[in-house]
Amino acid sequence: MKKLSARRRHPLAALVVLLLALAATGGLYAAFAPADKAQADETAQSLTIEEGKKLYAVGCASCHGTGAQGTTDGPSLVGVGAAAVDFQVGTGRMPAQQPGAQVPRKKVIYTQAEIDQLAAYISSLGAGPAVPTKNQYSPEGADIAKGGELFRTNCAQCHNFTGKGGALTHGKFAPSLEGVDPKHIYEAMQTGPQNMPSFPDTTLSEQNKKDIIAYLDAVNGDDTESPGGLELGGLGPVSEGLFAWVFGLGGLIAIAVWLAARTAKAKKS
Amino acid sequence: MSTTTETTESRARGKAPAGEKLADWADGRLGIYSLAKANLRKIFPDHWSFMLGEICLYSFIIIILTGVYLTLFFHPSMNEVEYHGSYVPLQGQLMSEAFNSTMHISFDVRGGLLIRQIHHWAALIFLAGMFVHMMRVFFTGAFRKPREVNWLFGFLLFVLGMFTGFTGYSLPDDLLSGTGVRFMEGAILSVPIVGTYLSFFLFGGEFPGGDFVARFYSIHVLLLPGIMLGLVVAHLILVFVHKHTQYAGPGKNNNNVVGMPLFPVYTAKAGGFFFLVFGVIAAIAAIASINPIWSMGPYRPDQVSTGAQPDWYMGFSEGLIRVMPGWEINFWGHTLVLGVFIPLVIFPLVLVAIAVYPFIEAWVTGDRREHHILDRPRNAPTRTAFGVAWITWYMVLLVGGGNDLWATHFHLSINSITWFVRVAFFVAPVLAFIVTKRICLGLQRRDKDKVLHGRESGIIKRLPHGEFIEVHEPLSQDALHTLTAHEQYKPAEIGPTVDDNGVERKVKGSEKLRAKLSEAYFGEESQIAKPTVEEYKEITSGHGHH
Repeated sequence: MKKLSARRRHPLAALVVLLLALAATGGLYAAFAPADKAQADETAQSLTIEEGKKLYAVGCASCHGTGAQGTTDGPSLVGVGAAAVDFQVGTGRMPAQQPGAQVPRKKVIYTQAEIDQLAAYISSLGAGPAVPTKNQYSPEGADIAKGGELFRTNCAQCHNFTGKGGALTHGKFAPSLEGVDPKHIYEAMQTGPQNMPSFPDTTLSEQNKKDIIAYLDAVNGDDTESPGGLELGGLGPVSEGLFAWVFGLGGLIAIAVWLAARTAKAKKS
Repeated sequence: MSTTTETTESRARGKAPAGEKLADWADGRLGIYSLAKANLRKIFPDHWSFMLGEICLYSFIIIILTGVYLTLFFHPSMNEVEYHGSYVPLQGQLMSEAFNSTMHISFDVRGGLLIRQIHHWAALIFLAGMFVHMMRVFFTGAFRKPREVNWLFGFLLFVLGMFTGFTGYSLPDDLLSGTGVRFMEGAILSVPIVGTYLSFFLFGGEFPGGDFVARFYSIHVLLLPGIMLGLVVAHLILVFVHKHTQYAGPGKNNNNVVGMPLFPVYTAKAGGFFFLVFGVIAAIAAIASINPIWSMGPYRPDQVSTGAQPDWYMGFSEGLIRVMPGWEINFWGHTLVLGVFIPLVIFPLVLVAIAVYPFIEAWVTGDRREHHILDRPRNAPTRTAFGVAWITWYMVLLVGGGNDLWATHFHLSINSITWFVRVAFFVAPVLAFIVTKRICLGLQRRDKDKVLHGRESGIIKRLPHGEFIEVHEPLSQDALHTLTAHEQYKPAEIGPTVDDNGVERKVKGSEKLRAKLSEAYFGEESQIAKPTVEEYKEITSGHGHH
């Protein structure tokens, strides 16, 4: 001990401490961090499930239970299917940040390979809807107008006319569908995540879902044009009224003030 | 002037210029000379707040002009057709001819969408302009004798404007407006006993039927605008007859109007302002989309969308219905839907509350004189407080009408917002009343202080004995006049209850009420006595004052 304390003011002491600290942090990180890149791509199905189970144990088990049987903090995942996992984790909703009225969309923290592993594990627990293929959800060859009709009949009462979103009770909400991957829209209809009802193929056929996706792509996609100018959020008369008051009447009153300040001068006699 | 001499010379030669001949011809038939002589030099005072009514007038003219263009292409029919226009996402959909022709106007008629958007934006601004104009008249007390009738004309214009707007908004027969019409149908159905009959009469049978677009069309383009045009003319004639009010100031009194003549100053200014209003509305219509019916799709009674709100001027009725608990009473197989019927009853009451105020105030003051000098809002604290309370009430209901958007945009629970509005409906106006009255009294005190002690100059002076004082600059004579020009009422008292012969008379309840209200209006708690000449002289003469 005496030797150590005698050398603590050595010029190189700081360097040694720094190295030790770095080694400790790096070592701890290596020990505890989730595997960054599992070799899922080439391994067999059972191995994928095995990897998924490990990921599940780290990221999901605290709420959904060690065997995905569900706890008071999260529902059972037996039988929800790969599509539900792909949607919830693929849109960043899961793992949830905090309990609340509804888990919002956020930054995705798993890679697609990891999501596939999680999905494989969950679907191994009980049969459920599978992740759709690109062929199923791509908007090609779909009837946009029919999709619009279906959307207004089944979706608009929560998601608004063109999918801008809307409020539900007690802080829950139907999210905006802007910029959502067609695959995730398909999966949401299939599985009915959180407060949304599910629309299985018996209710909305595969073709119907394609039509809806094509409609959303046409009216709320990246290339959608707004023929009338600024969309003002696409929220209807409330934002229009606000705009009319602030910029319409506000602008006109500003002009009135300007005009009134310019009075004709009476001639001095 | 040279032109005058030329005219006289040419007349001497017996040849009047063409313009003069035309004017003479017209005068012989229409009497324009005496009309012009009486009115062209009419004086109007200059203030930006007197131009709010102009904004309304001009947007009304713009609405009429663009509306005429739209009627050239609109088909007010509910016959079902298949869409084959330019907008792809509705191809092949079944819709009414009304919706189809509105799509045609929006996508296939040259300038159609721009005109449609000008028409709709102008309507929103027209109503907003009337609201603000009405509040200007209210807070300055411009509704007092002799202008009570004109106040009512203006109020009627606002209410008719609301319904003209509502019927126009319903014409395209899109999913949004159809939901609004359904809402109205529900309100009509909630009327006890006659509700169903009224609804069947209006819609020609079960909702939506095949008639309402054509009927709303007649109401929207003929009936209501016709009445409104008449009211606008009457409103303007009365402005001429009564002469314009003015704010207090040096040289201004109840018997004169200080300002500029209609010709040439106001003809130029007002003409220019018309084009500015048209320009602003056209620019907004070119920049921002309004009522994009192609996004909403055609109306079908089995469909509905979230975020279905009416245009802003009907928003308070939406708020009433959204926050009302769904009460109903069932008896002998009949249902009385209080959850809808009570809002339907409150709806007109909200509007009537502000409309009848001038008459209540006139009764309380018992003042039968004419008033042409405007009040500063602070000098009528009770009136101002009432106005602010009413606006608060209205705004609370608007919040209720947009409760879903408040919820999504501010991450709140829609239920909490609804409960907030339910409580605020009763509490917020009272709070607003109390707070506004306090603010008005505070401002009156400040005015009094300014008159007696002058303006705070911000200059700190140190006196020889070490004391620091702020130098107050006395106000100019003009400013002193303006701050003290208002008159203050005394609370009305109940007259002698015993007459000369010692006979006691009965004091009527209304008399007691009036005395009480008058005390609330003009008692010591409700106004700060304005400085008197003696006070001013004593303080400014410098005795015992720095």
